[in-house]
Amino acid sequence: MSVRDFFIKLSKIDRKYIYLIILIGLIIPLVFPPNFPQKMSPQVKRVFEFIDTLPKGSYVILSADYDPSVAPEVHPMYKAVVKHCILRGIIPIGMTLGVQGAGLAVEAFTEAERVLGARRDTDYVFLGYQAGGAVVILGLGEDIKGVYKTDYFGTKTTEIYALKPVKNYKDIALVISFSGSSIPVTWAVYAYTKYGVKVAAAVTGVSAGDFYPYIQAGQFIGMLAGMKAAAEYEYAVNQILKERNIREKPSTDAIRMMDANSIGQLLIILFIIIGNIGYFLSRRRK
Amino acid sequence: MHISTDIWIWIQALLTLAIFTFLYKDNPLFRMAEHLFVGLATGYGFVVVYKNAFYPNVWVPLFQEKQLIFIIPFVLGLMYLTSAFPKISYMIRWPMAVLLGIGSGLSIPLTIQTYIIEQSKSSILRPPYPNLIHWINALILFVGVISVLVYFYFSIPHDRPGVKQISKVGLFLLMLGFGASFGYTVMARFSLLVGRLDFLLNKWLGIRPF
Amino acid sequence: MRHLFEKQIPLALVFIIGIIMTIQYFVPHPTSQNVYDTSLMWSRAISSMAYVMAIISFLRFHTKRLKNKNYAPYSLVAILSFTAMVLIGFIGGTAKDSLFQKIYENMMVPLQATTFSLLAFYMSSAAYRAFRIRGVEATVLMITAFIVIFGTTTIGNYVPKMNEIVEWIMAVPNLASKRGIIIGVGLGVVATSIKIILGIERNWVGG
Repeated sequence: MSVRDFFIKLSKIDRKYIYLIILIGLIIPLVFPPNFPQKMSPQVKRVFEFIDTLPKGSYVILSADYDPSVAPEVHPMYKAVVKHCILRGIIPIGMTLGVQGAGLAVEAFTEAERVLGARRDTDYVFLGYQAGGAVVILGLGEDIKGVYKTDYFGTKTTEIYALKPVKNYKDIALVISFSGSSIPVTWAVYAYTKYGVKVAAAVTGVSAGDFYPYIQAGQFIGMLAGMKAAAEYEYAVNQILKERNIREKPSTDAIRMMDANSIGQLLIILFIIIGNIGYFLSRRRK
Repeated sequence: MHISTDIWIWIQALLTLAIFTFLYKDNPLFRMAEHLFVGLATGYGFVVVYKNAFYPNVWVPLFQEKQLIFIIPFVLGLMYLTSAFPKISYMIRWPMAVLLGIGSGLSIPLTIQTYIIEQSKSSILRPPYPNLIHWINALILFVGVISVLVYFYFSIPHDRPGVKQISKVGLFLLMLGFGASFGYTVMARFSLLVGRLDFLLNKWLGIRPF
Repeated sequence: MRHLFEKQIPLALVFIIGIIMTIQYFVPHPTSQNVYDTSLMWSRAISSMAYVMAIISFLRFHTKRLKNKNYAPYSLVAILSFTAMVLIGFIGGTAKDSLFQKIYENMMVPLQATTFSLLAFYMSSAAYRAFRIRGVEATVLMITAFIVIFGTTTIGNYVPKMNEIVEWIMAVPNLASKRGIIIGVGLGVVATSIKIILGIERNWVGG
């Protein structure tokens, strides 16, 4: 068999072999992780430094507008940002515009309680889900406790200690929308444009490219995009945990998975190259 | 290797493997898992919407606080129930009309501001720029936005001289944009798979990373 | 009479409410603010009851399929799991250590996440068998994709200037193309909203 025939045959192999190669290619780095240290990219740095330099006692809304289908990318970001806020004495106010985000956000705050000893209604608040999308975003600009009369666990918001000084967006330093779709744009349209509150996006890789126009226009202060950003943020928060000598094992989900992810991405490049070599060789033969 | 003894981890693992069987071919195990998910998700949504949205926004104000003005949205909301009866299911258009009216009315000025004015403002050339790189970037942005808009303007034929060249530039930039999006999409799709494999290896089979 | 309830009243509602909401944005008077606050409250109340339609549709579809012996077992699973989840949620509560939350974390999350993770396999198969560089545009797309794919790997972090090149691609040419699309979408959204308010767009009332 000549080299040409080999490549032509290779470009037509059954897809089950492709699946097998992908599986093996991803399992190996998960079992033998290279553990590359993460370098922070410019967009992640903007969001991280913004939160890092907020005065103690500031409030940040973290809207878990995502669902389990994008959880491996976005959930580690949510957990890392919650921990970052609590470590810096900033009070995260969790909420969600999508029904399925509630369960995931609860998990993130539960982890913060376990790792950092955070106390509900003192160090963080979780308001839960509200129906209405844009209408909820607009309502928060008038009166947060009017929109959320109780938090997710049934406590009246007027009785929550941490929420006493908060009325609306004027008391909020930043809103971060964690999403697998274009919900962050809805926050920019309704929260930033009408009320001027600063907004950042934490999104999957799929929608990352679509949000750069909003960053350049100043409608977002920055963006966390995909698992790479999650790994970078997680790494930075773990450094803070190390500085503070917090004994609890830090989360390395995104860091570990990003190394395996990198191998998968390189495999895709290889597949495209091999496929096209076979294609060009078969065209030449014709 | 320390295989988990937690029943919930085993449930997670078996459900994950049931879905993965679809890679071989469609089978009853996959369909069971799929239908299980549909049922659980619908039930989950119902509970969360009731507790977090309906109860505090409708039930409490109307039936506990006796704010009678809430009768109007309550009655409009009840019209959604008519979707179960084909003869009167047209009544769902009433609450839809209210929501559409509110949504459309609110969105017009804000959409113009966010999508059109702010985006156009940020595309305009605003010299002086500090160095050559900034100049080049600003020019690419300015020319790029206009050429992409010309590419999508189908009311004039694209074979006219001038329009043809400008829309070709727009197409070139669109391909650059789609290539960039595809690059990020690859990372995103693999993230989901890596997440599941990580769970199976780490949490279920207990294969600790070396 | 039916035509009145079916089309004319909904169209009138959209028109009146749409005009009021558009005008109130520009009127700073307290009455305008009251209208705004009330409309937001009513909107949240009505939206919270919209889920009922999803449940009715779900139950109708699956109870119908119970009669078909090929699909009956699957639809039975769907209906039973729905009922169980609702009962567990209302009786057991939704606290963080409740059975409701456990089912969400250990059944719903893995099911949904795994279903979407299959896309990685399909994408790899498509990349291998279908992505062919057939012209200048496809070449540009592929080269950009290669640079961004490589730049977003952990290894790419260590190639000099790789982060800056990827950031430039995203922040300049990609931004220009996406902004053109955004402005177009914005014009479309405004046009469609005006058409809905004026009753020109009537698909939602059956044309």
